Amino acid sequence: MSARTATTCPYCGVGCGVLAVVDASGAVSVAGDPLHGSNHGRLCVKGAALGETVDLQGRLLHPLLRGAAGEFVRTRWDDALERVAGGFRRVIERHGPDAVAFYVSGQLLTEDYYVVNKLAKGYVGTANIDTNSRLCMSSAVAGHKRAFGEDVVPGCYEDLGQAELLVLVGSNTAWCHPVVFQRIAAAKEAGARVVVIDPRFTATCESADLHLPVKPGTDVWLFNGLLAFLFRHGVMDVPFVEAHTQGLAQALAAAEGDAPDLAEVARSCGVQLSELLAFYRLFARHEKTVTLFSQGVNQSSSGTDKVNSIINCHLLTGRIGKPGAGPFSLTGQPNAMGGREVGGLANMLAAHMELHDPVHRDIVQSFWASPRMASQPGLKAVALFDAILEGRVKALWIMGTNPVVSLPDADRVKRALDACELVVCSDIVERTDTTRHAHVLLPALGWGEKDGTVTSSERRVSRQRAFLPAPGEARADWRIVCDVARRMGFDDGFGFETPQQIFAEHARLTAFRNHAPDRDGAPAAPRLLDLAGLATLSPQAYAELAPVQWPVDATGEGTRRLFSDGRFAHADGRARFVATPGRAPLHAPDAEYPLVLNTGRVRDHWHTMTRTGKSPRLAGHIGEPYIDMHPHDALCSGIREGELARVQSRWGSMVARVRHGGDMLCGQVFVPIHWNDQFASDARVGGVVNPAVDPVSGEPEFKHTPVRIEPFPVRWYGFAFGRRLLPASGLSYWTLIRGERFYRYELAHRERPKDCGAWARAWLGVDDAEADWLEYEDRATGVYRAAHVRDDRIEACVFLSSRPDLPSRHWLAGLFAHARLDDGDRAGLLLGEPPGAGADTGPLVCSCFGVGRNTLCEAIRRDGLDTPAKITAALRAGGNCGSCVPELQRLIAESRTASEA
Amino acid sequence: MSKARPRLVVIGNGMAGIRAVEELLQLAPDLYDITVFGAEPYGNYNRILLSMLLSGEKQADEIVLNAPAWYAAHGIELHMDDPVVAVDRVRRTVRSRNGALRHYDRLLVATGSRPVMLDVPGSGLPGIVCFRNIGDVECMLQSAGRYRHAAVIGGGLLGIEAANGLSRRGMHATLIHRSHVLLNQQLNPDAASLLARNLEGRGLALRLGAETSRFEGVQRVERVRLADGGHVDADLVVVAIGVRPDIALMQASGIHCERGIVVDDTLQTYDPQVYAVGECVQHRKATFGLVAPVWEQARVCASHLARFGHRRYRTAQTATRLKVTGIDLYSAGDFMGGAGTEDLVLRDPRRGVYKRLVLSGDRLVGAVLYGDARDGGWYFDLISRGTDVARWRDRLLFGQAYCQPAAVPA
Repeated sequence: MSARTATTCPYCGVGCGVLAVVDASGAVSVAGDPLHGSNHGRLCVKGAALGETVDLQGRLLHPLLRGAAGEFVRTRWDDALERVAGGFRRVIERHGPDAVAFYVSGQLLTEDYYVVNKLAKGYVGTANIDTNSRLCMSSAVAGHKRAFGEDVVPGCYEDLGQAELLVLVGSNTAWCHPVVFQRIAAAKEAGARVVVIDPRFTATCESADLHLPVKPGTDVWLFNGLLAFLFRHGVMDVPFVEAHTQGLAQALAAAEGDAPDLAEVARSCGVQLSELLAFYRLFARHEKTVTLFSQGVNQSSSGTDKVNSIINCHLLTGRIGKPGAGPFSLTGQPNAMGGREVGGLANMLAAHMELHDPVHRDIVQSFWASPRMASQPGLKAVALFDAILEGRVKALWIMGTNPVVSLPDADRVKRALDACELVVCSDIVERTDTTRHAHVLLPALGWGEKDGTVTSSERRVSRQRAFLPAPGEARADWRIVCDVARRMGFDDGFGFETPQQIFAEHARLTAFRNHAPDRDGAPAAPRLLDLAGLATLSPQAYAELAPVQWPVDATGEGTRRLFSDGRFAHADGRARFVATPGRAPLHAPDAEYPLVLNTGRVRDHWHTMTRTGKSPRLAGHIGEPYIDMHPHDALCSGIREGELARVQSRWGSMVARVRHGGDMLCGQVFVPIHWNDQFASDARVGGVVNPAVDPVSGEPEFKHTPVRIEPFPVRWYGFAFGRRLLPASGLSYWTLIRGERFYRYELAHRERPKDCGAWARAWLGVDDAEADWLEYEDRATGVYRAAHVRDDRIEACVFLSSRPDLPSRHWLAGLFAHARLDDGDRAGLLLGEPPGAGADTGPLVCSCFGVGRNTLCEAIRRDGLDTPAKITAALRAGGNCGSCVPELQRLIAESRTASEA
Repeated sequence: MSKARPRLVVIGNGMAGIRAVEELLQLAPDLYDITVFGAEPYGNYNRILLSMLLSGEKQADEIVLNAPAWYAAHGIELHMDDPVVAVDRVRRTVRSRNGALRHYDRLLVATGSRPVMLDVPGSGLPGIVCFRNIGDVECMLQSAGRYRHAAVIGGGLLGIEAANGLSRRGMHATLIHRSHVLLNQQLNPDAASLLARNLEGRGLALRLGAETSRFEGVQRVERVRLADGGHVDADLVVVAIGVRPDIALMQASGIHCERGIVVDDTLQTYDPQVYAVGECVQHRKATFGLVAPVWEQARVCASHLARFGHRRYRTAQTATRLKVTGIDLYSAGDFMGGAGTEDLVLRDPRRGVYKRLVLSGDRLVGAVLYGDARDGGWYFDLISRGTDVARWRDRLLFGQAYCQPAAVPA
């Protein structure tokens, strides 16, 4: 048996341990790591399907440069690196360091993140480095920093099992963090109560004791109301508040301003007073309460206030740093936490030190011995692309992320990239909506190939290990960054040879002058983030590093829970209540855009589908982008379920299929974030989302964009299967779904082709007149179906209709697994159904009336037919030309013999 | 002893006449004394299966429907090889070639049809035959044993079956057809071209769109000369360009005939004593060449002869099937379609399947099935009954198995 490699899942922030095995054929299989503290052997469906996503199809394997004609041309690494380094150098010389920027990713490993942050802030001298974590986590970061003085998740996953009450705010944990949800389900099984606060009725709500479908963006009112309610009813840890916090009075004043009485709160939040009270009472009664929050809280123009309004309630009740109690931010990405730790955000420095603090700058610069140090906060994601469009930033390096899909007002991002002098993309995928706009493409290593560390939601540093060889010419991100840095003239500081060397430097920096200033007057700053115990890891020890929760003391011991002693990271050691007066989302719905668009994930896809889009297993759950909405709103918009519709906002539009999933309240619609131009004609919801951001965190308001829904009229609907990719462009609507040995397309078009047969042949590329081509046509109803068979094996098929009620795709999909089609398959092929079990009438006996042997024998036996005339009377067989009468006689005789025997 | 029974005389010992007698015997076995005159020296046989006799797939005894013993057993007086040559309707007598004179109380005329002969020079040459009866088949089989080249004129059902039969008997057979479309009465061009391809694959030569201008030969036919100047070598020519109702006898008797012997819905002619069934009749402007309507005529006629006169013959949809082993071909109803009709079409040329259903509104009105005619009977039923097929429209062409709830696995 091959060796198993213990590594960490590359999807969400739960950080599950994965055991990967490569078999002799090169196929990868995975299993949960039973020894890993994050998941104890469990994996969700995405993680379990990882083996299906490591093939090299669509991978970027060589450096590419955009040629004069716009086509990408393969180039040597040296030339590509020189082009990047030279381009950045020239822009910096001409326009200063703030004219270049880095837009990186929570998919990067901590080591990758560390070197690019170091290059930007310490060597180029700009803080223009931001990350897609801005889109999911930055409100939590800002909220933590305001409340605790440092970006710290106080609790750990074990708290979920120990809690009596679990409050899930803006989190479809069941779909987005399934392994954490299993802990929640287990806790509920053991008696804990679960409350879900979410405008949608998600899968998570199914098992909740209470679901509060709050109006989008009203969480602050809800928690202000809770704070006031708790205070009014004396549910307060007075000694804790007095000894370890400050700012309660202002916070309470703000809360009570918003929540003069509970009925008013219920009205503001759009929930039943009785249910509001039920939640407040549950919260009041259960000391052991964990409040988990995710993108529904963070992705808001008041995201930071939402975080603090939650934390305020935990501070008031002293429910923090204790087993089974605390506010708990569920991280979206595998290494958003690691990125935060190394400072990979435009408003952070490194190792939890602050850009605006001269002492911190001094510490970091002296540690790095770097020539420069950024002193101004850089541009956050949304502002960064605005600056590019305005010409203030002229060179951009995007690493491992797909902003043309994922940023709000994403069409503007496209325009920005097109206007940018130099766009560099390091990625593992050649064709994404973003790489299309690049000038230089650098092939990076993907999961299974790269080596380093990530940090999970509960501060657990865990190794991602390589078990596959580097494909093509792909290189680790950290190595690419170091190569470019050296070519930019920064010889010192980037001489790393292994990720271990980088990790060691990062760990040393976390410990560097990490104490209260002492008498020697040297600058010092105490931080909770301290990896002192990992700073001296040998390469061997790094290779074998077991998952550990920071802070890690000098002995290497990790820390399960923080703030247990009531000491917080603010200079005075006290946590802060933050006054959070409620603020409505920036853009309110109006007559023109009457509905509120909410966005989010589906269970089996991840981000922009570059990885999950490869897995047939994951395509099975939800294959197509959709617009979930209330039937009443659909009626008002003139749309029916199953039809296509356009979601239109002031910023852009997209098209998807309408469904009534039962999740949505009137006035709200939901569209998943994943689909993009690689998988659908026009399904980038990012293009619709408004660019409003939280004033503190800069996180965009993905969950609240005023939209209207319009019919998307098409003249015909269809689907197609092919063993190869089909040329979908030019169709009004298409979605690509990856299957087991096939690609499936869902199609619709405004105009019906004049000659469907000719169109289908041309589209499927069947130009051979002698090709094995089956077709069915019902011209009057606009039905056309055709299949191309090659060597008795189905190669492709297309089903078109003027109505959306097309046959099931299920059986057809299965045919692609057959080495050859049998006659039954072939007969039902263009119907999309196998012949039914009862349909086998046997070999034909009476051709005139099409009566088969099985039918005859059955009737002879059942009805005791003993003459051909009786058979003719019953089944008409033999009643026309009569040539089968002898055979009928024989069947009667055989039947008699059989029954006598 | 009771009074003598009324006498029924049947002119024609073919499928229609005898079927009517069989039906009559079922209804009223002792009503008549029955006399049957037949031109052929056999009992009653299944003319439809002559093609299979020719091809060798059936033997002569296998196509016999009623041997002479059957007539005897039912007390029927049978005159084989002795056609009626005169009918005296005033005296109500018939006289046969051999001079037998019989009185009738009821006369049933089932003289069938005569093949149409080509009226071109040389059509009297030996070696030119029609394809109508056992004698014709025997003649063809003799030639097949002796000669090499055969030509069949007429690309209808019978012509194709003849050409196929001769080919199976080892002759090099060429099928000459005026139209470019084989079976142009039964098929549309798409299906016909599949059929043509199949026949060619079996070694038949096809001359489509070819007009015969004369037959050439000295002692015997040697070749068929075509209008375009080309020719087809043939030591045997089978002419199968159609049939006409055989009405000569009845015309001579003064009964009203048009193309056929005109009958009403009870199969009665203009003479109330005289009934007619089968290919010799004309009913509401239609004449007949297929077995299904003829059998219905026999059934209706028998009920009137039996004095259970309640049945009416209605012109029904017809269906045809080509009896060439290995070619599954079926057509029924109005398969040509036209204004106001809609088509469902399935093409699978690799498997040699072409199916076309013609709908008018929510009813099926016609079907052409080539290569997979399994569901022909079911479609015929739907056509005949005028069943509303709207709910099955998308699956109708895929056959009965896909359209019945019982066929859907639980």
